[in-house]
Amino acid sequence: MRRTVFPHKLLPWLLLAPQLAITLIFFYWPAAQAFRQSVLKEDPFGLSSTFVGLANFRKVLGDPAYLNALQVTVVFSLLVAFGALAVALFLAVQAEKIVRHKGFYRTLMIWPYAVAPAIAGMLWLFMFNPSFGTLAWPLRQLGFDWNPLLDGDDAMALVVAAATWKQISYNFLFFVAGLQAIPRSLLEAAAIDGASRRHAFWTIVFPLLAPTTFFLLVVNTVYALFDTFGIIHAVTGGGPGRATETLVYKVYNDGFVNLIIGDSAAQSVILMVIVIALTAFQFRFIERRVHYA
Amino acid sequence: MARIQLQDVRKSYAGQEVIHGVTIDIANGEFVVIVGPSGCGKSTLLRMVAGLEEITSGTISIGDRVVNHLEPRDRNIAMVFQNYALYPHMTVRDNMAYGLKLAGMPKADIDAAVARAAAMLELEPYLDRKPRALSGGQRQRVAMGRALVREPAAFLLDEPLSNLDAKLRVQMRLQIKDLHQRTGQTTLYVTHDQVEAMTLADRLVVMEKGVAQQIATPYEVYTTPANEFVAGFIGSPAMNIFDARCEGQDLILPGGHRVTVASCPAEAIRLGLRPEDIEAVTHAPDAFPVVLQSVEWLGADAYGYCVIEGSDTRLTLRMPGNAPLAKGDRLLISLSRSRLHFFSPEDGRRLA
Amino acid sequence: MHDGTTSPLAARGAARTLAHLWMILGVIIVAFPIYYVFIASTHSVQTILRPPLPLLPGPEAARNYGDAFSGGIGRIGGVSLWRLLGNTTLIALGIAVGKIAISMASAYAIVFFRFPFRMACFWLIFITLMLPVEVRIQPTYKVMVDLGLIDTYAGLILPLIASATATLLFRQFFMTIPDELLEAARVDGAGPWRFFKDILWPLSLTNVAAIFVIQFIYGWTQYLWPLLVTNSNEMNTIVIALKKMISFADADTPWNLVMVTSVLAILPPILVVVLMQRWFVKGLVETEK
Repeated sequence: MRRTVFPHKLLPWLLLAPQLAITLIFFYWPAAQAFRQSVLKEDPFGLSSTFVGLANFRKVLGDPAYLNALQVTVVFSLLVAFGALAVALFLAVQAEKIVRHKGFYRTLMIWPYAVAPAIAGMLWLFMFNPSFGTLAWPLRQLGFDWNPLLDGDDAMALVVAAATWKQISYNFLFFVAGLQAIPRSLLEAAAIDGASRRHAFWTIVFPLLAPTTFFLLVVNTVYALFDTFGIIHAVTGGGPGRATETLVYKVYNDGFVNLIIGDSAAQSVILMVIVIALTAFQFRFIERRVHYA
Repeated sequence: MARIQLQDVRKSYAGQEVIHGVTIDIANGEFVVIVGPSGCGKSTLLRMVAGLEEITSGTISIGDRVVNHLEPRDRNIAMVFQNYALYPHMTVRDNMAYGLKLAGMPKADIDAAVARAAAMLELEPYLDRKPRALSGGQRQRVAMGRALVREPAAFLLDEPLSNLDAKLRVQMRLQIKDLHQRTGQTTLYVTHDQVEAMTLADRLVVMEKGVAQQIATPYEVYTTPANEFVAGFIGSPAMNIFDARCEGQDLILPGGHRVTVASCPAEAIRLGLRPEDIEAVTHAPDAFPVVLQSVEWLGADAYGYCVIEGSDTRLTLRMPGNAPLAKGDRLLISLSRSRLHFFSPEDGRRLA
Repeated sequence: MHDGTTSPLAARGAARTLAHLWMILGVIIVAFPIYYVFIASTHSVQTILRPPLPLLPGPEAARNYGDAFSGGIGRIGGVSLWRLLGNTTLIALGIAVGKIAISMASAYAIVFFRFPFRMACFWLIFITLMLPVEVRIQPTYKVMVDLGLIDTYAGLILPLIASATATLLFRQFFMTIPDELLEAARVDGAGPWRFFKDILWPLSLTNVAAIFVIQFIYGWTQYLWPLLVTNSNEMNTIVIALKKMISFADADTPWNLVMVTSVLAILPPILVVVLMQRWFVKGLVETEK
């Protein structure tokens, strides 16, 4: 709370007006519409709609395709979040062991951050597409029947790889910052106590990194849920045979391509609940982290 | 230069009154120090004069103009902040010139004013530096310079020395005194440090709990404190204050010791004794015994902490540094009878 | 993160050499896909389609890039690469600048003024964190249709410039400005505009630069939103156009031009991130925490 402020009364409203207007028109109004549509059923021509209560939700949650999407999302998100965290943490620790040329490595490490998810997907598909991908070629030479365009597991592996690759930069930067914030004196004390480096890492460094790791876990989960839409849309289109259809992809497909408005709205509402839960989790946790400091 | 008048100035936050009607008349060119413990409202009062806090009722005038509803910039004041509040991205020169620039002063005049102030504060070598390249004392001087260049009607300083180390603080205190004598600027100065208050002020305002407890010269405040709070707050070590009784011309101290005095204002009183007004003697009429519990030796002086024999009332004594004293000693002491302070046990007011 | 400061984790001798080797491997994994597409963009379609691809640039760079820029790209309706790059730059700049402008303005209002419903406004903005476009695709699309914003730059930019994150970051930064600085400025005679222009803006530059980079990347890499609100090829971003160019089932895909387009879609944001690395890293790590 500031002690001193400007005394103007009208000016702050003028300053807030643009953001409030955009927020209301493009965020709150559509979100409210999603809630409204989730309890309505439209006739096929979109001319009239009737109130159906939770019927849309029941239908969505009873739909095997939706449950499949839920399962795909969980598997995809876990693989991406843990893969990107593990690789980035490993590399960040290696980077901190180095004394010179750190800046050079970092410069190369951050490139994927600037690559659009959809393009990240396409890059991996260039390398691994079964007909001319340079890296698919040795796989096939070795006898793997590698074909992400036809095989569901191969497709999943490909989008997971692309999504993980893109997120390593972000995690790397945060882990390096987290490692640098660890008090030197603690590690020196451990060294004098005779702890090996490996032991010191798991008993001192890793626990002290916990706040960073938890923060990144939430961020990576949100990333895997939402920001990877481009990868899936550009690389697999949810296929083959729904093997990579995530919740967000399904909302898009039902609402925008198949035009099943009620179902799509119900799915939107479920997604909103997931985001709200994640955000609340994150903020509870951040509040707690204040006490660590 | 101007006179500053506060007439029954009050301030409430959310219905809670924190400044309870302060009235002060500051003469043109006068140096007034507001002193008090933290949370007493002294900074709030200064910020109300500056226009940084709204006043709830009363009037403040600077010069002969009521400024209650004027913006700070329209009050023709300059202010020095405790943390200096220098603009970190501007050079010393630009920091000092900023207010003048906003006031639309021609560039040549600004340069002349900045040069004058810089010369007065010996800041010329630093004019093109940024604040972060300056020491604490230099930053403090820039903050002073920024206020000086404005040639304001009044100069407001909010604990300007409290971020400096002890030695620098003494040095800057002398410089502020010197500047005031040279410029003759009406000055309102807030501090919690009684040494600053006593040495700088033409007049002191001693504040506590949002009330101006006493407004007087440092000498008057020290020799005739208006109430028990002022008596205890000003002076170091603090005045000894304890309950006593009067029986006619006899003052009865804790432990039943009797001291004959010229007059006694009431039957039950609070008695105030400055540590330096108590003398250790070998023999005197009305002398009474105390037991030393500890001694602090400061070089020229020594403070003796003792209890009056036959009671648990503590007394602080100020004695010469060469007095041969040790813990556990029993001393006879006598009081300087012309310098006794009597306060009312009910409301702490000074009794004549 | 600064070069030259020795980390408490710094290793010696063989362990340090091993760390270098791991970093080199990491960098190869991270940078290889980008290098690969660059190499591919310098070879002919025939070479690209006959794996494995050479590891060094080929002889066709000039021809491929020349064709891509001069020819227009048949598959996406003959829109020139210039047009696509222009669209994407405009959108990324529009989003970055627009976001900085409106979120600075609202953070300024919330931090430096007192007015009724101040905190309500703050929460209203804050909650939008929980409403990403992905969870309200269809109704948002409908709003765009109703407002006639389909296939317009305004439609591509406006809905994306309201962001809780940038507002929160500026609010956080503004709250670290000491009260005395504002008081000194007011005593010096500065009103809201002068205080902003002379004091707050210069002090915010590092944060602005960081947010600019983050939001420029955000704008450049948008996918779902442009997919929804553009029908006309003229309005495509380079990312969307690239997606439309590719068909893995179709032998006619001009792979050499696809690779050129990919390089051009990747290069500008990478340049922005690498050149503004110092502010970007500081802003990302310090403010998002």
